[in-house]
Amino acid sequence: MNFIIGILFSLVVVGIFVLIPWVGVWAFDLRYLFGIIVPYAAVATFIVGIIIRVLGWARSPSPFRIPTTAGQQKSLPWIKQNKIDNPSGTIGVIIRMALEILLFRSLFRNMSLEFRGGAKLAYEWEKWLWIAALAFHYSFLVVLLRHLRFFTEPIPAFVRWIEKLDGLFEIGIAPFAGFAAPGILISGFILIAALTYLFLRRLYISQTRYISLPADYFPLFLIIGIAATGILMRHMGVFMQFIFKVDWFSVQVVNVKELAMGLVTFNPKIPEGIGTIFFIHLFLVSTLIAYFPFSKLVHMAGIFLSPTRNLANNSRTVRHINPWDYPVHVHSYDEYEDEFREKMVEAGLPVEKMPESQTEDGSGTQEEAEKE
Amino acid sequence: MYDGWKIIPGLIIFLILLLFPLWNQAFHPGKAGITPNPELTETAKNAEKCIEPKPFMKTQHMKMLDEWRNEVVRDAERYYKSSEGKEYYKSLQITCLECHSNKSKFCDQCHNYMGVDPFCWDCHIEPKENE
Ligand code: HEC
Ligand code: HEC
Ligand code: HEC
Ligand code: HEM
Repeated sequence: MNFIIGILFSLVVVGIFVLIPWVGVWAFDLRYLFGIIVPYAAVATFIVGIIIRVLGWARSPSPFRIPTTAGQQKSLPWIKQNKIDNPSGTIGVIIRMALEILLFRSLFRNMSLEFRGGAKLAYEWEKWLWIAALAFHYSFLVVLLRHLRFFTEPIPAFVRWIEKLDGLFEIGIAPFAGFAAPGILISGFILIAALTYLFLRRLYISQTRYISLPADYFPLFLIIGIAATGILMRHMGVFMQFIFKVDWFSVQVVNVKELAMGLVTFNPKIPEGIGTIFFIHLFLVSTLIAYFPFSKLVHMAGIFLSPTRNLANNSRTVRHINPWDYPVHVHSYDEYEDEFREKMVEAGLPVEKMPESQTEDGSGTQEEAEKE
Repeated sequence: MYDGWKIIPGLIIFLILLLFPLWNQAFHPGKAGITPNPELTETAKNAEKCIEPKPFMKTQHMKMLDEWRNEVVRDAERYYKSSEGKEYYKSLQITCLECHSNKSKFCDQCHNYMGVDPFCWDCHIEPKENE
């Protein structure tokens, strides 16, 4: 697909997902729908979807161990084994999985193959994808954990610690008054920056541009939209009021927490004074949650089941029996010859075992053929 | 199902973590419904109105204080004209806490609820609250 069409399509879809709650809340006052029904439905879809996906994977047999990973497998005692990259036991696998899940080790291995100085091929240092992916995933996690302040009362200490750490930069007045009060939380900005980089990277590298589909652009735009509406609410109220003369973007976060606590305790209510912008934020989040299990985002669960990472390479010590083994119908050569011996002899083909009549003379085949 | 004894517990642990806010509340019965209810002092009640309309104060008081601080400390502009045309002396301690001298029953109500802990009181003096 032409990448411009892919991008435009994803942009339009995200635009529609912004417009739906906008029109719904602003024009039709459907707060109950967008504040309660849609989030519940989205979470239910997520849970059911993830379970179905994972059980689906669990039903497919795991393949044979893959020994060709980047490291020496366990071999003779004087050959040094790479215990993490090619583990032969559970502990090694756990370390390999942890490094993969927490530090994206296979992305770290990314290199780019480039022509340098004429026709000479060279492997170039290429860690930007790894850095941006780490930045994106961890800032997303931090933002998510910080949002627990809306969903817990009293707020657990770890949420407050994360927020303290995240708010380390007190930039005071910059870049304009009202921006940094309440304080800047860096994770939200890293989130947007990393997503922007990941998007531009798709465009900039011709190969990734070629393979990128709307299914790749859409989640990027959706999450950018979520982070952007969040930052608008928290930091841009005064600035936007300066432009539009109306305060469209500040939300009364105390009331948002009332709404969130209502959802958590199954006692839903819609408090007064929550602006449309919040419902846009929430609707985009609901979209993301509901879309999650059916899209590439489900790699969150899939990573745990990746066979090149989670299977110890013990094929030399343990016998692995093909789990989907069924009695294979074999037809050995002996049986084959038994079945066709007469015909083979007639056709003059060599056979291992002569029919009874010819046993005393090895060249019987030839003669018999001549007789006829 | 293959490796179900690993996959199913994994799924269950994930769902338990995911639904943390739901079961967390079971350890704090009755807390979920409590919403902050900032009390007004006599001084505030007599004044009837805050510096700006209430929705504005609720969402933007921190931005307003931020602006005041900059204007006072950097430009020595010490007076604020409200949208109603009233003049206020731009000061955290003298103006806000004149009317809202019950900090622990006013400011802190919301702040504890939302887990914000303004560090202003490292330097600015909290009002002495006598019951
Ligand atoms: C209606 C509830 C409410 C009341 C009453 C209230 N605040 Fe706040 N205040 C908030 C909320 C909510 C935030 C944080 C907003 C956020 O995190 O998005 C906040 C943030 C702040 C901040 C910025 C904190 C930071 O970390 O940057 C300051 C300063 C502040 N309030 C001062 C005060 C003072 C002083 C008073 C009492 C005169 C007061 N507030 C009363 C709700 C309230
Ligand atoms: C003249 C007295 C007065 C001053 C000065 C004053 N307030 Fe208020 N404030 C009030 C009154 C009265 C209300 C209740 C308004 C209402 O209910 O409409 C109020 C309400 C508020 C609220 C909303 C509380 C709620 O119930 O949700 C906040 C937040 C607030 N004030 C913060 C401040 C801050 C911050 C300052 C300093 C910049 C300040 N006030 C200065 C009298 C004052
Ligand atoms: C490091 C100490 C310190 C901290 C922390 C601090 N301030 Fe100040 N603040 C000052 C000093 C010093 C002045 C100057 C007082 C003057 O010249 O009248 C001042 C002045 C102000 C003023 C204007 C003058 C006045 O009388 O209030 C405001 C408003 C103000 N600060 C708000 C805040 C707010 C809001 C916070 C928390 C987000 C805060 N300050 C945190 C030291 C501090
Ligand atoms: C995928 C999940 C979500 C993401 C990635 C996300 C992202 C963000 C970001 C980046 C911000 C900017 C401020 C900050 O960094 O904290 C923000 C603010 C905000 N978000 Fe979310 N959000 C998510 C889910 C939700 C949900 C479910 C709610 C409903 C309660 C919510 C309500 C808010 C509110 C009220 C603000 C403004 C906070 C303030 O003014 O202090 N968000 N969000």
